[in-house]
Amino acid sequence: MITRRTMIGLVAATMLASTSFTGIAHAFEPNKPVDFIIMAGKGGGADKMARLMQSIIEKNKLSTRPLVPINKSGGSGAEALIAAKGARDPDHTIMVTLNSFFTTPLRQPGLKIDAMKFAPIGRMAEDTFLLWVHKDSGITTFEQYLEKAKKDGSKWVMGGTGKNSEDNIITDYLNNNYGLSMKYIPYKGGGAVAKQVAGKQLNSSVNNPSEALGFYESGDMVPLVAFTDERLPMFPDVPTLKEKGGDFSYFMQRAVVGAPGMSDEALAYYNGLFKKVYDSAEWQDYKKKKSLMGDFMSGKDLVSYWGTQVDRHRKILKASGAIK
Amino acid sequence: MEVISALADGVLVALQPVNLGLAILGVIVGLFVGAMPGLGSVNGVAILLPFTFVIQSFTGGATSPMIFLAAIYYGAMYGGAISSITLGIPGASTAVATTFDGRPMALSGKAHIALVTAALASFVGGTVSNIIFTAFAPALASVALDFGDPEIFALMLLAFATFVGLGGDDIPKTIFSICIGLVLATVGFDIVSGEPRLIFFDITGFSHGIRFLVLAIGVYGIGEMIWTINTSRYSSSMTQVDVSAKNIWLAIKEFKTAWRGTSIGSALGFFVGILPAAGATPGSLMSYGVTKLISKNPKEFGKGAIDGIAAPEAANNSASTGAMLPMMTLGIPGSPTTAVLLAGMVIWGLQPGPLLFTNQPDFVWPLIGSFYISNVVAVLINLAFIPVFLWMLRMPFTILAPMIFVLSLVGTFAAYLDMFDVWLMVIVGVAAFFLRILDYPLAPAVLAIVLGPIAEPKLRQSLLFSDGDFSIFFTRPIAGPITILAIILILLPLFKVIKNKMKAAS
Repeated sequence: MITRRTMIGLVAATMLASTSFTGIAHAFEPNKPVDFIIMAGKGGGADKMARLMQSIIEKNKLSTRPLVPINKSGGSGAEALIAAKGARDPDHTIMVTLNSFFTTPLRQPGLKIDAMKFAPIGRMAEDTFLLWVHKDSGITTFEQYLEKAKKDGSKWVMGGTGKNSEDNIITDYLNNNYGLSMKYIPYKGGGAVAKQVAGKQLNSSVNNPSEALGFYESGDMVPLVAFTDERLPMFPDVPTLKEKGGDFSYFMQRAVVGAPGMSDEALAYYNGLFKKVYDSAEWQDYKKKKSLMGDFMSGKDLVSYWGTQVDRHRKILKASGAIK
Repeated sequence: MEVISALADGVLVALQPVNLGLAILGVIVGLFVGAMPGLGSVNGVAILLPFTFVIQSFTGGATSPMIFLAAIYYGAMYGGAISSITLGIPGASTAVATTFDGRPMALSGKAHIALVTAALASFVGGTVSNIIFTAFAPALASVALDFGDPEIFALMLLAFATFVGLGGDDIPKTIFSICIGLVLATVGFDIVSGEPRLIFFDITGFSHGIRFLVLAIGVYGIGEMIWTINTSRYSSSMTQVDVSAKNIWLAIKEFKTAWRGTSIGSALGFFVGILPAAGATPGSLMSYGVTKLISKNPKEFGKGAIDGIAAPEAANNSASTGAMLPMMTLGIPGSPTTAVLLAGMVIWGLQPGPLLFTNQPDFVWPLIGSFYISNVVAVLINLAFIPVFLWMLRMPFTILAPMIFVLSLVGTFAAYLDMFDVWLMVIVGVAAFFLRILDYPLAPAVLAIVLGPIAEPKLRQSLLFSDGDFSIFFTRPIAGPITILAIILILLPLFKVIKNKMKAAS
């Protein structure tokens, strides 16, 4: 997939370099292929989502120039952030982000990256988290879960996607607020974690619905509680943590951002482009199927959303001791 | 029965025009790289892997690109024999044993018999191993589902242990080579601690780790190219072959006298191929040895015995299918070539491992079906175009080398769109060349790069489970025996040394 895009991109770029001209006075249009940086490796949830956006744009001919997906998974997003920050042509560099967009600059101040400097193109969705156990555990409610996990102490094993990741943050919350001492073991990705729960190697996980869906449908994995504000339409019988008396919800942002220094004209163009993607039937269908929440958000609204998210993550990371 | 209907469906998919065309193309490429001295299946697969993204962009799934690469793998096993017989130089390490009797037979004017025997024995070996594979794979995949972190780590340990215990190369150098691979594998972002490691000179390119493809193309593209340029300063004479249809027909009739070597090679090759780190080369050498051992005329071996050609050729094809078994069912490659195939599967978006059979039947069965198809295609093309391959073998390496160079550069860039990777690939290639000059085996390093990122987190996750207690690798019913076997294999060379010392003392 990427290669053909690239080939087309390379050919198009060389051919057009001689014929096309920049500096059209009014509306911005990309005049060469757009670098579409993905803050995650190939094959994961974030990657699939990014490639879906790309295919929607391609199929509906929303852009005159192709988007070229580039996976930069290194350093928990650090590699992608550095690449976007140092982009030679900010008007043709956009990036799909996760929550590492907030946490990585906080944890690695040496990168000198400020999330707020990126151009707010559009928040496409917020991914949700649920608490999962294997059906053979016999646990069907959050209360039973707490009872069992408390009894087992550090014998109760929770899996997640890396240290200080979203999963780790939720696990810390449960441990600190419910008197648990669950052991947290990091794995490479959400899919690997779900597989370990389904194979009964782990006691529980806090997977996104899309990661656990296969095992939920086969009946192996049971959701106990959702870390959302309202019940998820896909899991109407699963209560939220708030209903259970907890004051905690947690989401993963799925947003497209522009490289720092992107011109206002270009930002306006990408705002429009991704609004069209968001409104497309394919995207809405995907949102529903994967139990994603959150409306489209861009511009000032998105910047203020980021502001609250950065503050919140700073507090969370300070509380867990990950940063000072 | 379920297996047979799944296989039948798979064969039908493999017979679709696109897939059949790719299988034919792959076999031709494979025959070529196999026949060219200095290039083997791993070189072909590594250099061409990036170009399968083009195939994938047209066909969608991962099945067609994989069929293409697997066909190269098969074709190369056939092709290796051609140069072993006519030039006396093995086209690939897997065909070394074929020179033992293939060359003498060719020199005595019976090159056509040697070539046909090699092709037919390869076909039988490939077919037998495909049947064993089809029978074993689903069962093994279902058992493998119960594997947790300690079990997988124990398997990794076993893979490294086979290199040390059975590898046949200099042991300290093998261990050194494994260590280089393991160190390079730790570069990047550590998932357990969440910290970056070994980011040399703060170059961000290292933060995603050293990509396997960069290494594979570096070692097997650039490194191999320099190595061949450096070593192939000899001139060799090619035996003339009379490839008239009548001669080939006579040779086909003569093949039945090679039943002994063919059957030993087919069976033994498969089981040696399954072993991690063993693969087709030791499989063919062992089959040659065993066939000689039980032959009625062991004295004929080395002078042009037909069994001496059939055994290694059946074995290298059979072993290449055998090596697919742990790769497909456990996600553990047994040879450098299957390691590249595994890397390809990850890049195409598949999750290798035991779940592959349950989650991706649309990928697995057409691929297995294509094994059968490619095998038939390979034997037909091989027999029909022997003269063409003989003509191609006269191509000087000075034409091939620039092609490899360009393909390596373009392929690396196309895979990740990153110039950093291209430079790193060239550096790796030059480093690999010098390591080879100093006689370090490179296959252990390449496999360690693949296995390291699996083994290390599994070790640490297991120890997190057990609160740092190593007994977790011994007390679990599946992990225990595997760990003990691995330790025995690692200590095997030590036992040999002690035995020799004791002999010398007495």
